[in-house]
Amino acid sequence: MSELSWIDLALSSARPQAMGALLRYFRDLDLAEEAFQEACLRAVRTWPDKGPPRDPVAWLIFVGRNSGIDSLRKRARQEPLPPEETLSDLEDVEGDLAERLDGSHYRDDILRLLFVCCHPELPATQQIALALRIVSGLSVHQIARAFLVSEAAMEQRITRAKARIAAAGLPFEAPDASARAARLGAVAAMIYLVFNEGYSAGGNQRAGTPFCEEAIRLCRLLLRLFPSEPEIMGLTALLLLQHSRLKARFDAGGGIVLLEDQDRSLWDQRMIREALALIDKALRHRAPGPYQIQAAIAALHARAKRSEETDWEEIDLLYQSLERLQPSPVVTLNRAVAVSRRQGAQAALDLIEPLEDRLSGYFYFHGLRGGLLKQLGRNREAHAAFERAIALATTPAEAAHIRQHLDGLARDVTAGTTL
Amino acid sequence: MLYAVLCYNSEDAVAAWSKEEEDKVMSDLAAVERKHAAAGRLGPVARLMPTTAATTLRKAPGESFVVDGPFAETKEQFLGFFVIDMETLDEAIAFAKELAVANPGVGAYEIRPLRVFKPGGALDPL
Repeated sequence: MSELSWIDLALSSARPQAMGALLRYFRDLDLAEEAFQEACLRAVRTWPDKGPPRDPVAWLIFVGRNSGIDSLRKRARQEPLPPEETLSDLEDVEGDLAERLDGSHYRDDILRLLFVCCHPELPATQQIALALRIVSGLSVHQIARAFLVSEAAMEQRITRAKARIAAAGLPFEAPDASARAARLGAVAAMIYLVFNEGYSAGGNQRAGTPFCEEAIRLCRLLLRLFPSEPEIMGLTALLLLQHSRLKARFDAGGGIVLLEDQDRSLWDQRMIREALALIDKALRHRAPGPYQIQAAIAALHARAKRSEETDWEEIDLLYQSLERLQPSPVVTLNRAVAVSRRQGAQAALDLIEPLEDRLSGYFYFHGLRGGLLKQLGRNREAHAAFERAIALATTPAEAAHIRQHLDGLARDVTAGTTL
Repeated sequence: MLYAVLCYNSEDAVAAWSKEEEDKVMSDLAAVERKHAAAGRLGPVARLMPTTAATTLRKAPGESFVVDGPFAETKEQFLGFFVIDMETLDEAIAFAKELAVANPGVGAYEIRPLRVFKPGGALDPL
């Protein structure tokens, strides 16, 4: 590793903590970002000669804060506004930052930084974009590419999201235990969204992978801040398990490979082992939650050496407890897959038919329904279901996968007429 | 004398390695390991999962209690270790220097002579 790449790593791993602290001082996202950028520039200039500081995070916060104050003073000369009013606890600029870094309010700094990105007024796509920009420091170019929009459009989207947050007011009061738990829940949901955005990027792996990796990194950060939260362990385990299958999920042409057809030797065993260790630890708390259950389901797939060894009965039971905790037609739809393996296609079809009203616009509903009908030999209905699915596909890989089913049906029909 | 070479580094920095950086460091370390294994001086080697996977049993009078997370909150974490057989401390330090060349950057190696050593051998390598 060269010197510069080491500095790069140090800066990106220090980013959430330093940004969190600077946001607390300046109470303004743009100002905090500028201050952090300035501190990074100075780090790149001085660290190669003087060597890395003993505590890069403290260094970045200290330098960032000074440069932020500097630029506020310059602005104040142009506008007659006393800068102190926009700042908080400036008197301890010389305080022992390194010591305070271990203090628990830094935990709340990072949580706040993540929390402002998932403001309930922001639509999901803006939450994801903002978190990747502010917390992870991905470039607008990278984010725009993954969302398949132009850089200018993404820039505008992020600016608009920041303006909405500023207008809504940032949550600067120190949270009490219940507020902290609420923030943690919102942040966990946002990380899950970031991951899903990458996960569902389909055959376009290059664009999606950084999102998945960032989500896992944020999850690890959260877990280090809150080491005894079983749901955070569950979420981390879930993301690791889903990501462990990355190489097996698509064929060389970018087509979808279903779980049962995947080459399991391509699954990343190191991620799987870590996830299993985390689930083991989480379950000891005897406080099950949606992320832990989903992770436990994913773990049953990961534990099966061959598709035929999958414990569908246990998966069905886990989906049932998930339905109780978090009733949703999508959960029932997923349970139907387990039911089809245990009790056959008809039982699964009976389970999902009542969901039609609520899931009529959902790609996977029609895909699964088509598959079940096909198994039952109801080819004409299967054909209609696949047609609906293909119209709802959001990636070329999804559409191509359904197209295979349709072609398969067509072949069956042709074979049937020649016989 | 048997020595343990204990590896400390910032977990954040190590976790931020890209796949290429990770592979490069691991293959450079493997080269150092091969050399000392060939000389019959290398014992068990272990790399630990992140501290977030750690559980600590804190001993207490009465009943010990279990805590989630690592033994201590520190800036650098204990990430793994090597056991080597060297004549002198200087040779052990030279070994650690080779590791530092293979895995440059920050962090530290603590070199501790062993008092008891049970190599085991019942387990399969990961």
